[in-house]
Amino acid sequence: MSDVATKDRPGAEAGDAFLEVQSIRQAYAKGGANDLLVLDGVSLSLKSGEIVGLLGRSGSGKSSLLRIIAGLAKPVSGRVTWRDKPLSGPSEGIAMVFQSFALFPWLTVLENVEIGLEPLGIPAAERRTRSLEAIDLIGLDGFESAYPKELSGGMRQRVGFARALVVHPELLLMDEPFSALDVLTAETLRTDLVELWTEGKLPLRSILIVTHNIEEAVLMCDRVIIFSANPGRIAAEIKIDQPYPRNRNQEPFRKFVDDIYGRMTNPHDPALKMEQRAPDAVASAGVAMVLPEVSTNLLAGLMETLAGERFNGKADLPEIADELTLEVDELFPIVETLQLMRFAEVAHGDIRLTPTGRRFVDLDVDARKRLFAEQLKAHVPIAALIRRVLEERPSHRAPYTRFSEELEDFMSEEFAEETLRAVIDWSRYAELFAYDEQAQAFSLEDPA
Amino acid sequence: MPAFHPSLALRRPQRFLPSVWDALIFSLVIGSMVLIALGGRQTFEPLAEAAKTPISLSPLMLPEYALRTTLRMLAGMVASLVFTFAYGALAVKSRRAEIVLVPLLDILQSVPVLSFLTFTVTFFLGLFPGSVLGVECAAIFAIFTAQAWNMAFSFYQSLKTVPRDLDDVANSLRLGSWRKFWTLEVPFAAPGLIWNAMMSMSGAWFFVTLSEAVTVGNTTVSLPGVGSYVALAIEQKNLGAVGWAVLTMLIVILLYDQLLFRPLVAWAEKFRVELSVGNAPPPSSWLLDFIQRAELARRVWRPVGDGIEFIMRLRFSSKVRAPQAVADVWSSRWFDYVWLGLIVVVGMGAATAVVMFVGREVSIPEAFAVAGLGGVTLVRVLVLIAIASLIWTPIGVWVGLRPRWAAAVQPIAQFMAAFPSNLLFPIVVLGIVRFHLLPDIWLSPLMILGTQWYILFNVIAGATAFPNDLLEAASSFGVKGWAWWRKVALPGIFPYYVTGAITASGGAWNASIVAEVASWGSDRLEAHGLGAFIADAAAKADMPRVVLGTAVMSIFVVLFNRILWRPLFVFASKRLRLD
Repeated sequence: MSDVATKDRPGAEAGDAFLEVQSIRQAYAKGGANDLLVLDGVSLSLKSGEIVGLLGRSGSGKSSLLRIIAGLAKPVSGRVTWRDKPLSGPSEGIAMVFQSFALFPWLTVLENVEIGLEPLGIPAAERRTRSLEAIDLIGLDGFESAYPKELSGGMRQRVGFARALVVHPELLLMDEPFSALDVLTAETLRTDLVELWTEGKLPLRSILIVTHNIEEAVLMCDRVIIFSANPGRIAAEIKIDQPYPRNRNQEPFRKFVDDIYGRMTNPHDPALKMEQRAPDAVASAGVAMVLPEVSTNLLAGLMETLAGERFNGKADLPEIADELTLEVDELFPIVETLQLMRFAEVAHGDIRLTPTGRRFVDLDVDARKRLFAEQLKAHVPIAALIRRVLEERPSHRAPYTRFSEELEDFMSEEFAEETLRAVIDWSRYAELFAYDEQAQAFSLEDPA
Repeated sequence: MPAFHPSLALRRPQRFLPSVWDALIFSLVIGSMVLIALGGRQTFEPLAEAAKTPISLSPLMLPEYALRTTLRMLAGMVASLVFTFAYGALAVKSRRAEIVLVPLLDILQSVPVLSFLTFTVTFFLGLFPGSVLGVECAAIFAIFTAQAWNMAFSFYQSLKTVPRDLDDVANSLRLGSWRKFWTLEVPFAAPGLIWNAMMSMSGAWFFVTLSEAVTVGNTTVSLPGVGSYVALAIEQKNLGAVGWAVLTMLIVILLYDQLLFRPLVAWAEKFRVELSVGNAPPPSSWLLDFIQRAELARRVWRPVGDGIEFIMRLRFSSKVRAPQAVADVWSSRWFDYVWLGLIVVVGMGAATAVVMFVGREVSIPEAFAVAGLGGVTLVRVLVLIAIASLIWTPIGVWVGLRPRWAAAVQPIAQFMAAFPSNLLFPIVVLGIVRFHLLPDIWLSPLMILGTQWYILFNVIAGATAFPNDLLEAASSFGVKGWAWWRKVALPGIFPYYVTGAITASGGAWNASIVAEVASWGSDRLEAHGLGAFIADAAAKADMPRVVLGTAVMSIFVVLFNRILWRPLFVFASKRLRLD
């Protein structure tokens, strides 16, 4: 078929670390001491012939780490050593595949692939043959003259792969490459990639993939590195010593998935303390807590599913994620919010409805709102604070900035905004207080 | 069609009121005008008679005149494009340049095109003493000032919003900044830039015809072109010749639309980044289809394309680095302060120069009187925009909701916006003279004659884009009459309307200089207003008063935009967006 990929068979030189990441610290400047820490003390090394997965939730800084390794961002401190030299800027030999495909819409498939070879100073004729080979390898022949907008998502991402592979990189970085695709397409693409890798057809020594999909990580990786969030730290590392192709339905596979879920929700693992947010720690955090924007429909929906016959109040997280086709990124914020408001408790990869949660499910609409309001006031300090301030003020009104500024003492502007959006949404549902978007003001006056 | 106004979408929406910073930049602009006026005064000398070509009113000359006018237009376009690329790139790449260049554009945009013309004529005449080339340059410069600011804004805005993932790809492939500029940044900006260029071109026809017959002091210089043809026809009260000129201009604009801009807009479609297919049919052009399909046309185009490719692929591997010490100082905070200080000093110096220059001739009460004239023109603009909105909004909505009508009317509205309305002024003036009407009122509509169409075609575009399911929902709930307008139609088209009205009001301010003073042979009509004041001062080459009038108008326009249009625009884009 093609001889693009004969040069480095995976495993040929297995063992020698060729990428070294040492105590990386990354922050987004907010001015002064309030810098928002994204990555803190992250070290890892990559060996030849392995696929390594970075697993974590949004806010765990895994994508930031990938950008640093790609040379697209500079860390605040720490070092990346690539081929025994400190990395400065994008390097030859490292290629990247993007979640959004990132194709130039005005270039054809062939042009999109070819453009990566231009900066290497390769003559036009060779650029053409190499690009055609890469297109061939990745299963895109026949689409050379198509424009990206004519292709389906899966085909677009194949172009993304071809563009990365055509430069014959040693290290391939992938930033959630399958998460913008539908389930079936993602599965096909994943299988194709693993197959090419195990057959040694990829001109690569190693792959580093960022994902928030636990099954994907177990399916593809030799090693999975789990990140905790806010700030991102390495919480655990799991070796997956299973032969490819791996079968989702076999016992070892399920065991690894369960294990990772457990580790990501284990209240006794100190390294994961931020991930877990034990209710007491959260309460003592007071208003300084970042709240995820989770719709009340999702909260109610998850409680109802849990209370339903199938689970009867207690479920294995991977199972319920599967049942609701939710990914970790979507499931965890819901679970955490339920836990925060004491509607559910989570331990060792299991979620269990509390008596309050059961009561909620059995109530009618108005009673649900009242119960929700109670829990909100009792367990979400910022909601309680807003309510108290509104009650104390004679006008029963307070501007948005009154609370956003208070939150910004503890968190970045964006997190403060997200937190307030979440609280506004919940409080509107609970009819705890009202918010006028146009006037940017909270008030007690209830339209009802 | 994008309902989008680059200069308003640009800055932090909270900042409506002009700041001290704006005032500094403002003094820089007006100050450099004073400088040019002072410099031009010494070198100004009358044109050699031989350099002037007499204009003939024979209709047979019109094709040649039309060609010359069009060439001036294209020269202005090329200049604008080069300026746009350089200015936009500089503003985005350098933070220090950005803080000056962006407000500068805002001020430049508010300066009437004819003031630029007045100042630069003397300057260009000085550059090419005794030659008609100076006037030629001044005319092209006037066209440039009519289109460059808007294009630069659009380009800058696009550069600021290049998708991060594409930027990452370009960096991770190590394309280099030159190649990245042509592979990523220019293509990404192309649709907006071409659309804005088309809009600016529409406005520029007005000024090209105007700038061909320039009077400075005692000298009138006429460049061969449709504009001077009309000027002569007006002088000789030749209505037939005016008719011929109007006809010629109609044909020219039709050709330019079909041969240049339709193909460009259709071609630029491929640079749109949204990968999903919208419901509106993409713009098409028979000429583009022809070029893309015909082998012969392709062969002709090939070498040109290859040449452009070659330039775009050049690699500048400049490894010349400044010594570390210099680089440190350059990027230090201290240098920021030095830079700011420099601007403040130069700005204040410019302000002083302006005050001295104007103050020598103009007393303080007169300055206040000029501000009062500005108020009169402001009232005119407001009333005219209101009237035009009342007329064209319902019509635009009606047309826009009927796709077949919209398809027929939209090109006409765009066409009317491009037509230089000053060619039609004589007809109106003739009417005012004949029926002894009051110039203060009846000259006013001329200001909006050409620019009202922006309101119409933006409203049509808005109504066409209105989601069908919302319309159906409204009709199934029986929403009718005034409630339908208030709750459904008006909020739906409002963002588009604001875009159109902003363009229309900008055009009206610019046109006031021509519209408040009009003549037909020896009959001269004048309305009270800032436009007339500037026009008179320019005709007498009374530079201090031109500077004063220009400054006042610029302040009015900037305040008008900030206080009225920007809040409306922010409101529209925040609250009433349908996408």
